[in-house]
Amino acid sequence: MTTGSSVTPQAAEGDRMQKLSASAHERSALRRNGLVDRVFEITTRGSALMVLLLLGTITGSLILAGWPALSELGLSFFTDDRWAANINRFGALPAIYGTLVTSLIAIAIAIPVSLGIAIFLTEICPPKLRRTIGTMVELLAGVPSIIYGMWGMEVLAPFLQSHFPSIFPAGTGLTTAGLILAIMIIPFITAVTRDVMHTVPPIMRESAYGLGCTTWEVVRHVIFPSVKAGMLGGVILGLGRALGETMAVTFVIGNNLFLSATLTGQGTSIAALIANQFSEADGLQRSALLLLGLVLFLITFAVLALARFMLNRMNQRAPS
Amino acid sequence: MNPVYRRRRMVNRIIMTASLLASAFGVIWLFLILLTLVTKGVPALSLDVFTERTRMSGGGLGNAILGSLIMTALATVGGTIIGIAAGTWLAEYGGRSRLANTIRFINDVLLSAPSIIIGLYIYAVVVLPMGHFSGWAGVAALMVIIIPVVIRSTEDMLLLVPNSLREAAAALGAHRWLIVLRVCYSGARAGITTGVLLGCARISGETAPLLFTALNTNQWNFFNMGSEMPNLPMVLYQNMTINSFIPAQVSLAWAGALILTVAVLMLNILARVSAARSQK
Repeated sequence: MTTGSSVTPQAAEGDRMQKLSASAHERSALRRNGLVDRVFEITTRGSALMVLLLLGTITGSLILAGWPALSELGLSFFTDDRWAANINRFGALPAIYGTLVTSLIAIAIAIPVSLGIAIFLTEICPPKLRRTIGTMVELLAGVPSIIYGMWGMEVLAPFLQSHFPSIFPAGTGLTTAGLILAIMIIPFITAVTRDVMHTVPPIMRESAYGLGCTTWEVVRHVIFPSVKAGMLGGVILGLGRALGETMAVTFVIGNNLFLSATLTGQGTSIAALIANQFSEADGLQRSALLLLGLVLFLITFAVLALARFMLNRMNQRAPS
Repeated sequence: MNPVYRRRRMVNRIIMTASLLASAFGVIWLFLILLTLVTKGVPALSLDVFTERTRMSGGGLGNAILGSLIMTALATVGGTIIGIAAGTWLAEYGGRSRLANTIRFINDVLLSAPSIIIGLYIYAVVVLPMGHFSGWAGVAALMVIIIPVVIRSTEDMLLLVPNSLREAAAALGAHRWLIVLRVCYSGARAGITTGVLLGCARISGETAPLLFTALNTNQWNFFNMGSEMPNLPMVLYQNMTINSFIPAQVSLAWAGALILTVAVLMLNILARVSAARSQK
């Protein structure tokens, strides 16, 4: 576009320099290219705007579809602890509770493990192995979530039930789901943590080593403080993933619609409840499930927005 | 030896051992899952699994594999076109403007939005108005999932193309669109391919969004996108839940799980190999 406009005035005053002026053919080529330029930008901008359209229609359609349930049930939807389609009682509390508890268990397990892996990969792993181990951890993120679900139901839950019958009476339950979720989000938190740890300038590391610090002291007093925001962003990103995970959780959470008092008891999560009931639901139940979907979307949106906010601040500080 | 130093060395050793153990803990799950898939999946594999359609008794996964391939391919192609276009605008035209920053932010959030929400959304805007489940709805849901992945990698890769290349092309008289097509895309091609492959790997394993969109069927479906489309993840889900009392269905599900995981991991490794090659 800039080239087009800078050449045209030259062509206009081309009487003085006959040899340099554009011929009719060249002028039409310039016009055509200018048009292509404009079409190209408008097309790509339209595609980019589709992202906004997507967000708008996702929110809009869920609000619209969930509205009947919200107007019928009101605030009791969020406070009622009983979800029973047969008597038209729809309380989302057990599902919301299950979602939050499983995600928090997952985060509690995943944080120390991910930090450990990140420390191992950046500080003590021999360079030859670094790529292999990093790839293996990242491949964990590639395994489809339904595979985690099947594996959790057929291998992990029976194992827990037979070896720790007092803690896991049924094998499945909130904690089992949390454990599966932890395995699923470890790659995300590890990747973010490792990447932000790499942004620490080598000279900071080296000067700390020069003062006689041990590896742990370098990590604890030099690296961690300078990448705190980024690590927190990665953790919250993992939390966002765990909140919305469906298939893996559906298989191992037990799908008990009552509010479970114990952490290892069976329960349900928003995503699992939707996956289980949606296909045979209609009327008020379907609307309630869609409203539940809206709740999940709002929760994850807030969490992910927070994570992105922290990570973006990190990137602005240390571009790499 | 100085007791303070000995204590510091002890702490260091403990933490480093712990992080080594954490790495082992992180990696071991991959092996455990693959081990289970191989021990349970390989015995159930046979030629019939690939050629027969799903039946209540026996049968195979042929129709589901075909349906998955069709839907994943269509969604990948559509998502790549839209994603690359949008990523191009963000990198080449959007810059630091408020609109571009908003789009970037929302794209990042959509990148990790729960896939079941995408399923509900497509159900509300496609399935309900059409009145029935369809392959198109499944493709639409998968496209919504892959588009943010492609946008992100396209933008990141285009930003890595040095500005001096653009300036050199502009100095030769190339127009903006030609610069983007000829100079920027060829510089970013490997990275964009990586992003597309990763996105393709992600959508081929997605189950939750297909639950309310493409659903599943026992019949062969050759490109009849207007009706329900059989697909591998949904067969796994149904065989492990409502059909889990039939042992043949469960072992078939493990064969399917093995096929699906191998396919997805191959795509992942392929993406990594192409990314590693482009860095050299």
